Amino acid sequence: MMKSLPITIDSVRKTYGSYVALDDVSLDIRAGEFLTLLGPSGSGKTTLLMALAGFVRPDSGRLSLDDRDITRLAPNKRDIGIVFQNYALFPHMSVLANVEYPLVLRKTPKAEARQRALDTLARVKLDGLAERNIAALSGGQRQRVALARAIVFEPRVMLMDEPLSALDKNLRETMQYEIRRLHDDLGITTIYVTHDQREALIMSDRVAVMNSGRIQQIDTPQRIYNHPSTRFVAEFMGEANIIAPGLVRRIDGADASSEALMIRAESFHLDAKLVGRDGVALEGTLRAKAFRGENWLLTLALDGGQEILVCIPAALATGCAELATGQRLTAYAPAAKVHAIPGARA
Amino acid sequence: MTVIADPFLAADARRERRFFLSLSLPALFIVGLAAILPIVWIIRQSFLTTGGEYTVGNYEKVLSSGLTWSALVTTLQLSLGTLAICILLGTPLALALASARPRVANLLMAFVMLPLWTSILVRTYGWLVLLRRDGLINAALTGSGLTAEPLPLVYNFTGTLIGMVHYMLPLFLLPVYAAMRDIDANLVRASASMGATLGQTIRTVILPLSAGGIFSGSIIVFIYTIGFFITPAVLGGGKVNPLSTRIERTLSTFQDWGSASVLGILLLILMALVGVMFLAARRLIAGRKVGTGHA
Repeated sequence: MMKSLPITIDSVRKTYGSYVALDDVSLDIRAGEFLTLLGPSGSGKTTLLMALAGFVRPDSGRLSLDDRDITRLAPNKRDIGIVFQNYALFPHMSVLANVEYPLVLRKTPKAEARQRALDTLARVKLDGLAERNIAALSGGQRQRVALARAIVFEPRVMLMDEPLSALDKNLRETMQYEIRRLHDDLGITTIYVTHDQREALIMSDRVAVMNSGRIQQIDTPQRIYNHPSTRFVAEFMGEANIIAPGLVRRIDGADASSEALMIRAESFHLDAKLVGRDGVALEGTLRAKAFRGENWLLTLALDGGQEILVCIPAALATGCAELATGQRLTAYAPAAKVHAIPGARA
Repeated sequence: MTVIADPFLAADARRERRFFLSLSLPALFIVGLAAILPIVWIIRQSFLTTGGEYTVGNYEKVLSSGLTWSALVTTLQLSLGTLAICILLGTPLALALASARPRVANLLMAFVMLPLWTSILVRTYGWLVLLRRDGLINAALTGSGLTAEPLPLVYNFTGTLIGMVHYMLPLFLLPVYAAMRDIDANLVRASASMGATLGQTIRTVILPLSAGGIFSGSIIVFIYTIGFFITPAVLGGGKVNPLSTRIERTLSTFQDWGSASVLGILLLILMALVGVMFLAARRLIAGRKVGTGHA
């Protein structure tokens, strides 16, 4: 187990002309933590990662590793392992030479460098491919070489910039678990950038959701998903309905809330009995329905005109195939799944 | 090769192939007329006496002359010298251009390309103005007291080399710059993240990946400079005599078409040899592509 270090990001700001890429971002990452920066493109997540790597110089603010200020430290002195989005493997070197590269730079004796590189390749399940040319590897294999190269020199922190975005879905899911297992084995502080919310939820200890250069919310995957603190987080994390106050009534008849409410599409039921007496009910007209394999997605137009998404698991949706558009329908949600979002407007 | 079973489709495919081949005909015609034919004519000339009889006397005369061999040595010295200076000056320059911001790079590139839009004769005489005993450079040197006597910068090997480097540098730079521009910026970042200094990154990543461009640039420089005439003729002041100026003198002074043709063939063989050497070396490098990156 390597010694992992905590990272402190203290009011880091970066502007490009009038464009604010990072708007006074502060963030504490614990030693050994797997933290994901999640956000749409242009949200500043990659800029923040590149600032940590030393390739982007912040206009102001402070970056520290443990209690050491690294804000002005050259990238090659930071001892940070990076996996790039396009892998950035050296095409003129073999797999082995790629993985040995950081060790050769550190003047590791030749035999030891070779052994460590081979061990690391075995660890990412690439035994036997050491002498291959990079061009002869598949996307998934390249991804593993990039991983091996980033961990072989036992860096104190690992940064990953959308490392799985170029892989197809099945391979991506396999790699998500493998990267997480690798992290748990090594215990290395990891900052992972992605725009895929499922990936963020599956892999992370904590998720920091970013938008327009700011961190919107930082929390555990469960809290981010179930208790989003802003409308942006609610909508980015899944099929969320933000419903204006007054439109939602409780099953017992009372007005539900004076604030906007967030109800996830999959929190709804079509059967009032499944919800409980303190649940909410929403009545509307069915606009569209779509079968998505594991569930049905219904679009319901409320009487005020707002459309909501209702997602019914296929196992519970025996009647969904027979539903006709234009038909009146009531969707119910249990109170525990109704979440007020202060200040949000529908 | 795919086999097309349908006879109509097969005929279509044949017609299409023939059409695309026919597009190269005008170029083939011009090359034949302007390159192959004159070469055949020169080879014939080299075996003829002034009276028009067949002989090998021209070859005996030219190959036994010390002037020929010293011209050959001068040619190689000028070409290799120009090439060496182009590599030394051009590679760092290409690196600077490739790592500059696009706007700055375009501006600098315009400066580099400017000389290419000027006639070589104008540029060569321009150097004369600068390099002469009473030229701008010597005036500045003696005027500022840096040197007591004006330096011999022109009408010699140095002056010729300066003129040739000036002409060749942009042509060398272009392929090297293109190769370096193509290198993924993340490779440089990856190298730095693993602990490489800038020097180590240049040595282990940038130079190996731009070797192809440096190679192409080198071939261009060598092939061009081997037949250079105007620059040695003007800036050499009669003291620098590569094969090209010998050919000219043999023709203008002695009207000896036979000997001049032999010298021309010598130049041709030299180019072919160099070409083959470069290709062999390139294949050797390509074969070693899967190597280790030991710094």
